[in-house]
Amino acid sequence: MSVTVVPGTGAARRLLRNIGFVVGATIVGVTLIVAILAPWITPYDPFAVDLVHRLVPPSFMEDGTPANFLGTDQLGRDYLSRLIYGARISMIIGIATVITSGIIGTTLGILGGFYGGRMDDVVMFLITARLSIPVVLVALAVAGLLGSSFILVILVLGLLLWDRFAVVARSTTMQIRTLDYVSAAWCAGSSQASVLLREILPNIATHLAVVATLEMALAILLEAALSFLGLGVPAPLPSWGLMIAEAKEYMFFTPWVILVPGIALFVLVLGVNLLGDALRDLLGTDLNR
Amino acid sequence: MSALLDVRNLRVTFGGTAAVRGASLTVEKGETHCLVGESGCGKSVTALALMGLLARGGKREADALSFAGQDIRNLGERDMSRLRGDRMAMIVQEPMTSLNPADTVGSQLTEVLRRHRGASRAQAVDRAAELLGRVGITAPGLRLGQYPHQLSGGLRQRVMIAMALMCDPELLIADEPTTALDVTVQAQILRLLAELQAEFGLGILLITHDLGVVARIADRVSVMYAGEVVESAPTAELFAAPQHPYTRGLLTCVPVPGKVKRGEPLGSIPGVVPRIPPGFVGCSFRDRCAYAHAACKHDIPRQHAGPDHEALCTLPPGWTDRAAA
Repeated sequence: MSVTVVPGTGAARRLLRNIGFVVGATIVGVTLIVAILAPWITPYDPFAVDLVHRLVPPSFMEDGTPANFLGTDQLGRDYLSRLIYGARISMIIGIATVITSGIIGTTLGILGGFYGGRMDDVVMFLITARLSIPVVLVALAVAGLLGSSFILVILVLGLLLWDRFAVVARSTTMQIRTLDYVSAAWCAGSSQASVLLREILPNIATHLAVVATLEMALAILLEAALSFLGLGVPAPLPSWGLMIAEAKEYMFFTPWVILVPGIALFVLVLGVNLLGDALRDLLGTDLNR
Repeated sequence: MSALLDVRNLRVTFGGTAAVRGASLTVEKGETHCLVGESGCGKSVTALALMGLLARGGKREADALSFAGQDIRNLGERDMSRLRGDRMAMIVQEPMTSLNPADTVGSQLTEVLRRHRGASRAQAVDRAAELLGRVGITAPGLRLGQYPHQLSGGLRQRVMIAMALMCDPELLIADEPTTALDVTVQAQILRLLAELQAEFGLGILLITHDLGVVARIADRVSVMYAGEVVESAPTAELFAAPQHPYTRGLLTCVPVPGKVKRGEPLGSIPGVVPRIPPGFVGCSFRDRCAYAHAACKHDIPRQHAGPDHEALCTLPPGWTDRAAA
């Protein structure tokens, strides 16, 4: 039996016509590719210290050398290589946080929205409890008790940033729960698991995708902030936040050491947010179809 | 032999409100039983109660509720969902919104057969394509790959019917399957149901408020009013000699070409279906009934107007004939 699927050409064309989507997707896409290919495209080892060539300016500035395109830091490490590896850390943090918090938040939200009653009370209590916990304080406590590590940052962010997923999943599930196609699924003998996974989840997925982009931007920024405060990724890992922290002592004499990671961070977060806004606009109209 | 579906004195309550207050009906194999009544009289709730799919807070009680000889009153959720969509199928009211917008038609159709019968993907796709052809959809292969928004209302309703028939059910409960469709499509769907019934011998419980539909395909009719079945009879007998004043009222609301003169007003029943408070005794129709009298405030006898014709009324059987004479 041959089945011809009619492709959604209209949707693709609308996506490409949206400037926010094109710019955001390009930024995120390029960062992702750079992060994946980091070991092959970096000119130097990002951890290799060269005390003779410290704080060399970028090659396009006065006194710069063509050997180090973005110059070197206070320990003589190649800044471009560190920036590329930093993209890796930001992307891993962003994606891992969104996956962890997405699973937790979506599960809680769907359960609360679908079953209502006592279950919903519990979910709402958890959301309220979570909202009253400041992320930075938890990170401080964790760093104090367990020391700082890359995995701990992912865990802290992933286990704390699920609230928006839960709120959105809960309210959209409540709207969908009583729709005709869900009743029809019950009539066709679907089990609860099947209704949840085949009827509810695919129909709230677009909303969750929008939340995911916003949470990803937030996670990347929070990681940078935590690393800047010394509570996040430990040195010598080249996190952008850590690079900014290390550069701040030299910023009055060599401003580019703080500008380079700062601009990178700004552009990436901007890109993720543009992507999220574009998705919300484009999918929002789709949902009203 | 016992009936395919046997319901005796079904009662459904939501909190303090009684939605169904004693509905009895049977559906035989190969029979079409129509349940008619105004909006809000408990038809759809009856159907959902039979499927065990009442909304949260709904409570179901019955003196008897059996399907193919099996008592389904105390069947667990797991066993019930095994019956649903397999041996007893239901078509819900709204064809436009009854298909999952995030999934292809083919995937939704095949899932039913794969879940209940453990069929392989290829088997299920073949069966789905065959059934889409049976319900009059051309190019089934194309339709299977499409999403619901690419289909018209008539096509979606046919898909819903095909989905209900995937597992060769013994009983089909159809809740106003044609109400949302235009007249030509409606006629096609009704003809299709009749054909499929003749072919597969399935029992149909058809819920409708359209007496034209009833006259066309029903073997037996139950008239429901305010949560009660007030009259039940073979179709021809009900149309020829309606016993309950409510049934009579419903019938005068329908224009009959040649019988009702041009310009002559159609009949109407004043008022709406009342909300029945708990502990209500007597006939629920008495406030709207032109023939109401003192006895209507007490328990109403179930009277036989024929071997297979029951009405819940204080008026003597056959009173309409005398009134007309």
